[in-house]
Amino acid sequence: MDGSKFDDGSVDALQGEQKIRNFNINFGPQHPAAHGVLRLVLELDGEIVERCDPHIGLLHRGTEKLMESRTYLQNLPYLDRLDYVAPMNQEHAWCMAIEKLTGTEVPRRASLIRVLFSEIGRVLNHLLNVTTQAMDVGALTPPLWGFEEREKLMIFYERACGARLHANYFRPGGVHQDLTDELIDDIEEWAVEFPAVLDDIDGLLTENRIFKQRNVDIGVVTEEDIQQWGFSGVMVRGSGLAWDLRRAQPYECYDEFDFQIPVGKNGDCFDRYLVRMEEMRQSTSIIRQAVAKLRETPGDILARGKLTPPKRSDMKQSMEALIHHFKLYTEGFHVPEGEVYAAVEAPKGEFGVYIKSDGTNKPYRAKLRAPGYLHLQAMDHVATGHQLADVAAIIGTMDVVFGEIDR
Amino acid sequence: MTEALTELATHIELKRPDCVIGWDIAYGELNIDVAPANIVDFVDFLKSDQTCKFSSLVDITAVDYPERAKRFDVVYHFLSMYQNHRIRLRVSVREDEMVPSIVEIHPSANWFEREVFDMFGILFSGHPDLRRLLTDYGFRGHPLRKDFPTTGYTEVRYDEELKRVVYEPVKLVQEYRQFDFMSPWEGANYILPGDEKGEAK
Repeated sequence: MDGSKFDDGSVDALQGEQKIRNFNINFGPQHPAAHGVLRLVLELDGEIVERCDPHIGLLHRGTEKLMESRTYLQNLPYLDRLDYVAPMNQEHAWCMAIEKLTGTEVPRRASLIRVLFSEIGRVLNHLLNVTTQAMDVGALTPPLWGFEEREKLMIFYERACGARLHANYFRPGGVHQDLTDELIDDIEEWAVEFPAVLDDIDGLLTENRIFKQRNVDIGVVTEEDIQQWGFSGVMVRGSGLAWDLRRAQPYECYDEFDFQIPVGKNGDCFDRYLVRMEEMRQSTSIIRQAVAKLRETPGDILARGKLTPPKRSDMKQSMEALIHHFKLYTEGFHVPEGEVYAAVEAPKGEFGVYIKSDGTNKPYRAKLRAPGYLHLQAMDHVATGHQLADVAAIIGTMDVVFGEIDR
Repeated sequence: MTEALTELATHIELKRPDCVIGWDIAYGELNIDVAPANIVDFVDFLKSDQTCKFSSLVDITAVDYPERAKRFDVVYHFLSMYQNHRIRLRVSVREDEMVPSIVEIHPSANWFEREVFDMFGILFSGHPDLRRLLTDYGFRGHPLRKDFPTTGYTEVRYDEELKRVVYEPVKLVQEYRQFDFMSPWEGANYILPGDEKGEAK
């Protein structure tokens, strides 16, 4: 072979004394820095990315189609399997959409528990993201330290609902079970110790020369980009816009909590890392406040009514309660006709649920709006002009999880 | 909240009476019905108008109503980070109708429109790259249409002899279990065995 013709039929361009052509490579789906099953088709000019075409859908499970044939309550576990890094935050959006349609008031204690576990979810997510992104750019220790803390949080999940990951804990009208006093004490103890661990990770990364060289001025996102590509969450805050749904459109009881919204300055990968670190500290503070409030607020954790099961003790005494329990877990509850969109500030950005209900026990159509979907879509825009090695750093700070992108 | 939305809706209707077919506020959310021909123009107006300033696209999806003449509703969600409000646009289209693409105004619409095309088979005219997105390479049919079975038509397995993955028509050992738990007392229209004889008389 003389090297002038290649198997795809392309011919070398003659430039000066050297013959060059752009190089196409596949990044993923098995690449460890692809964070799951992402396949990127990259067109490279030397080491510079000229074009980036993400191929997604390798984890597509047809969640939205499945949801149409199941009752609202049966659909709840599907939400855990979207962003499996912070499962309860997704459930929250689903429950809020149903509560909006049915006009259900959540009891205060349940609301506090929801805030508590949403923030634990945020810490879970950011711990995973920050540390694995560090691994993508060459640091091996942070994931080991971070996963230790994640393990402790998983145990809190398990002690609250019985499952480490796929919680199925938030229910329309409240939460499934009450927390024990010991669990609340342990969560508080963890929240007191956790900032020291954050300081350790901070000490490993923030002023690390290699980490900075790999992240500063990489993947800069401007305010214009944010609007054009529909970014949300840390992708927005890293660029200096203090946009947080917890503050802008308060839901649950976030308006009574005292927390700051960290923002970045330059919108690069390093600022997004800093924002995530600070958000973990803020979340820990919210967890501590929620624990203090929980101690003062005894009471029921489910809005008793058609949406929720009767108390176990009632079922032993009352025929109606028993029938209600049976009908709830077979037929499920009916939701009034209409369409709603409910969004929460999930750790990755705005996670939304759009439900079109036809008045029966199953959603006529449910659409799940994942933040990572829009972030990954802008990959071509953000990564073009960067080096191949920076692609891994950018994917890392975009915080993509394929459970929610492919659905 | 509702007053602000009513004000916004009247403002939009006043500025663009030709685009707004109708509007309503339900569950604290503003819905506007738009004709497919006007959608690009209207979205551009929503983005540039100072009172609206719907700068970011949140979502595009569709809903299938097989019994309607205009089979699909394409649903757009927009958010304004500056004015802090949301809006939903509904566009009804027939099965053979094309919807103008809004990629020119919101580049983020690209994947959403590809997904809607993939899932419902709605074509977007003017889209730069209308390929399938989520389904398999070489997939046939549009899964989120109501007449598409949940089981699909094909299944894949690894063939030991051919040493590759093969596609086969779906074989179900038992019927796909789709229970209907709807109460016979409220809502469901059951025909109980024997009832049809009464009708015939």
